[in-house]
Amino acid sequence: MSQEPWWIALIEAVIIINLLLGLFAYLTLIERKLMGRMQLRFGPNRAGKFGLLQPIADLVKLVRKEAFSPEAAIDLPYILAPVVSAFTALAAFAFIPWGPGWTVNGWHVNGEIANVSIGLIAIFALGSVGIYGFIVGGWASESKFSILGSMRTCAQLVSYEVSLALSVLGVVILGRSLNLPEIVSRQGSFLPYAIPQFIGLLIFFVGGVAETSRAPFDLPEAEQELVAGYHTEYSGMRWGLFQMAEYVNLITLSGLMVTLFFAGWHGPWDLGPIWFILKLLAVLFVFIWLRTTLPRLRYDQLMRFGWKVLLPVATLNAVVTAALVVGFGG
Amino acid sequence: MSPQPVESLKGFGVTFKQIFKKPITQQYPEYKRPVYPRFRGRHRLWRHENGLEKCVGCSLCAAACPADCIRVVAAENTPDNRVSAGERYARIYEINLSRCIFCGYCELACPFDAITLGNEFEISEHNRDDQIYTKDMLLTPPVKQVPVADRDLYDTPIPFYKSDS
Repeated sequence: MSQEPWWIALIEAVIIINLLLGLFAYLTLIERKLMGRMQLRFGPNRAGKFGLLQPIADLVKLVRKEAFSPEAAIDLPYILAPVVSAFTALAAFAFIPWGPGWTVNGWHVNGEIANVSIGLIAIFALGSVGIYGFIVGGWASESKFSILGSMRTCAQLVSYEVSLALSVLGVVILGRSLNLPEIVSRQGSFLPYAIPQFIGLLIFFVGGVAETSRAPFDLPEAEQELVAGYHTEYSGMRWGLFQMAEYVNLITLSGLMVTLFFAGWHGPWDLGPIWFILKLLAVLFVFIWLRTTLPRLRYDQLMRFGWKVLLPVATLNAVVTAALVVGFGG
Repeated sequence: MSPQPVESLKGFGVTFKQIFKKPITQQYPEYKRPVYPRFRGRHRLWRHENGLEKCVGCSLCAAACPADCIRVVAAENTPDNRVSAGERYARIYEINLSRCIFCGYCELACPFDAITLGNEFEISEHNRDDQIYTKDMLLTPPVKQVPVADRDLYDTPIPFYKSDS
């Protein structure tokens, strides 16, 4: 794999971050439209044709809204928390490979922004740092409900992160690499790891839903029962940044799922990034579908499921995969 | 209760099927659903055929009003200024529609059927003061007409509570 000069990576990063933010904006619209249709409603259809201008209207509303803060809030962490969350969410997408890489005018362009040998670990590490944004944000608000909310978020994210990380162990053992482009190219020549690692995929999916705190694991927000969790005292674009972090995390996680289990940009025809985008949208559809279908878990159910079901199964999956790979020589 | 994975999966089929169904939402400003004929909306004051007002300024409606939103100030009819059919007439007749609860007690209290509740429900304003309707506003027919469902669909010869027993 030849090296690309730093300025190509920079251009790539600018393009990808804009595409990512555009996808985030329209993901909110797609989600609301799709949820509406699943509940026999129309969803937003007033701003522009089919409500296509709704994300822009939402943005204008959020930016213009007064971002008030509690008097007792500790300013620096209070303001920094959403920034950290949004930054780590956006940065994590840099490791997701979306194409095979091309040669343009003699320059090599990678199919990902950053090609690191430990890409998978880097994504999980960035995700863990992002959790600090949620915890610190609730803490710095100096509100009882915010800190309770951030404790709840913290407990949920920490418990499910363990199973999430363990569930990809099988893929790492099969792919014999932590480098995401290499895992993808191995699946291209073998078969998507969704088939041999089906249990791993299920655990990754459930853990991912909990990790992005979406229904049925949306206890951090639980909008029908509580006001909100850690972001109770946030409004305006600061709240928008938290929301953006949540959605970009979802996109990144779906991208990671496509990469690890569905052979990334490989497909029956050589379409490159189009395959990646199609698979990404399919996974996102499943996430939205899940949200409309299942009711929210109770907190003790959440904890019991995470520690007593998901974690043992994930561990077992990793051990069995390792034994099989060693036994049959992979 | 024990977990029921199969039953939970059935729910996914339900939500997926719903996508292809027609939404049941009514698009309100474009489509106005016809209101029930006896729907209690904005008030009307009525005149006799000869142009005289039915209201005689007795203030029974104001007395019956639980929200206390009707104000009536009566004055004597004189031969050169004959406004109503009775002895007196309502010099001032105001309804504060921001307080009105549309209970219909005023039309029950009225001995001359001078006040009734119409079907109009689009009476929001930008200013609270604009919601105080004066006599002239109440006497003229409403500008915005509301679609009303066919009376025959709802009017039955014998009320259900009598026919049931």
